[in-house]
Amino acid sequence: MSKTTDWDLYEVFVRSKRGLSHKHVGSVHAADGRMAIENARDLYTRRSEGESVWVIPAKQIIASDPAEGDALFGPAADKVYRHPTFYDIPDEVGKM
Amino acid sequence: MNAVYKTEDNPLFQYVLGLGDDALVLGQRWCEWLSKGPNLELDIASSNLALDLLGQAELFLGYAAELEGSGRSADDLAYLRDAHDFRNHWLVEQPNDDWGVTIARMAMFSLYHYHRLEGLTRSNDKFLSDVATKALKEVAYHRRFASEWTIRLGQGTKESHGRVQKGFNDLWRFVPELFETIDAEQKLADDGAIVASGDLRFAWEHDLDQVLEQASLVKPEGTGRLIGSRHNGHHSEHLGLLLCELQYLQRAYPTSAGAHW
Amino acid sequence: MYTTDLRTAEEKAKDAKLKVPTKEEGEEAFQARIDADEYIEPKDYMPDAYRKTLVRQMSQHAHSEIVGMLPEGGWVTRAPSLKRKIILTAKVQDEAGHGLYLYSAAETLGTSREEMLNQLHSGKAKYSTIFNYPTTSWADVCTIGWLVDGAAITNQIPLCRCSYGPYARAMIKVCKEESFHQRQGYDGLLEMMKGTDAQKRMVQDSFDRWFWPSLMMFGPPDSDSAHSSQNMAWKIKRFSNDELRQRFVDATIPQAEFLGIKLPEQVKWNEETKHYAFGELDWDEFWAVVKGDGACASNRMDARRKAIADGKWVREAATAYAEKQRAAVRAAE
Repeated sequence: MSKTTDWDLYEVFVRSKRGLSHKHVGSVHAADGRMAIENARDLYTRRSEGESVWVIPAKQIIASDPAEGDALFGPAADKVYRHPTFYDIPDEVGKM
Repeated sequence: MNAVYKTEDNPLFQYVLGLGDDALVLGQRWCEWLSKGPNLELDIASSNLALDLLGQAELFLGYAAELEGSGRSADDLAYLRDAHDFRNHWLVEQPNDDWGVTIARMAMFSLYHYHRLEGLTRSNDKFLSDVATKALKEVAYHRRFASEWTIRLGQGTKESHGRVQKGFNDLWRFVPELFETIDAEQKLADDGAIVASGDLRFAWEHDLDQVLEQASLVKPEGTGRLIGSRHNGHHSEHLGLLLCELQYLQRAYPTSAGAHW
Repeated sequence: MYTTDLRTAEEKAKDAKLKVPTKEEGEEAFQARIDADEYIEPKDYMPDAYRKTLVRQMSQHAHSEIVGMLPEGGWVTRAPSLKRKIILTAKVQDEAGHGLYLYSAAETLGTSREEMLNQLHSGKAKYSTIFNYPTTSWADVCTIGWLVDGAAITNQIPLCRCSYGPYARAMIKVCKEESFHQRQGYDGLLEMMKGTDAQKRMVQDSFDRWFWPSLMMFGPPDSDSAHSSQNMAWKIKRFSNDELRQRFVDATIPQAEFLGIKLPEQVKWNEETKHYAFGELDWDEFWAVVKGDGACASNRMDARRKAIADGKWVREAATAYAEKQRAAVRAAE
């Protein structure tokens, strides 16, 4: 049996220099929190400056169920297995 | 083969060449890790380190060319000198081997480079102090990266501990050269342009001791003499091979013969 | 493209059988959301076939990015100037990043990155076969930027509007970063065409070898692609293979003319259709390369497997250290 050598998944939130709050930008793999910050910095802030970066192990995130009020779809879950994304409508895509 | 330039000729040029060559050779070593790293995150980290160092190489070699005053460019210096005219420390030309050796090399060099740049921020040479101030931010990150990985490997598993310890053991003989101060360099220090390399040893050793302790690693003892000096154009065999790869295209298709790159 | 359907006829038939379930009432509402240009997010309901197709497409896209690092990574150490070296390093770095964005987005569908990488390294998953062609000159590095990245951009821009939220957002990020990739390649060729005869021959030779494979990146002709319609309905695929291929050719030929290289005879401007005609492509070669023929296929996977194997002790060390740190924290509490 081969042991997994893939590092844990962390979700990444970045606040840009002109931003008011942290936005979810994606995820990184890392062995620990310190490394997650550095990997996130490498991956998500290469082209801008003055950032603030938050990372959190994906399995520690508790997310609301977007379909909670909706009778038709979606099993409710109180643990998040997949990435939670809290975008309403992505701004950039709206312009395209 | 004797070096083309003597150490007494234009000492500041020689010194800045050393800064540029260290950055160029170590940058090239980090380029060699691209797509070969333990995972994608480390490929990205390696490329960041390479980009920082290559950027410094461009700046320092460009300034060296200016100081030389013969109309050469940074590229001319990088691509058209042979090994006996390079002034990098022997430590940075040592091969990557594995991640343990690479990290040991980076830890030892980045701590040195950090303190060297820190001293240069106070240089009375404006170009050097400006570039050093900018580069210091980058190298602060390099030393942290290397120190953290030293600790991770030192404490991680039996295998990683063995490999990084071997890295320090094998490379320790290149440490004395980092702190050697030849007369020409001492004069530059006395003139306020640089900090003498010898004066960096105390801070370097203090920092490294802390990292090694946290990493549960043993500081290697004693060193033999390095026979030969970079100031006279002497290097290990590795530099020639590295330059072969680095310089091949410009040697095969010289811009002086009309090639455009 | 990187997302081209590379399944053989047998594989497609097998998958198709999976796609003929009873119509759940959820599927109708799901399709209605897509028709209304809504984004499907990770926790939303989606048919299994949609999920499966997306995982395959996104992971193949990610694999292509990281395999693409190999030919260029091999030339970074030989780049002919400091500027070119720096730019190429930044490009390779971007590609690693794009791979990570895409694995990240694919992971939202429930497959781990490690699983996806295992499939790549075991040969079960495919990647864009363009990278099974060898890069034998510096001109090739530039040509890859111009033609291969150019083709990728042609494909990726429409995907910024694909129906799956995380994929669309990853594509937006990728497209923003990708524009310099194509330009650096073309710029490199422009420069060489000002140089010596040997350099000009290098550029011509490079174009001759890469032009046709880059057209085949868009996948088999529409007449052969029976399964596109479902992916189009789901807005995972926005334009047909032939449409994208034509778009790419029409953009590329004027660029080639500006460079001053000789174009293949079959490429002719058609005044009626207002497009460049380019004749038949060698689809036998395409499928042979998909199957694993070609100079580099085994090299690429060997290189990837070696990197993963060589680095195993490093990843394990980091994990072990992190666990020790956590244990120390727990002990202190």
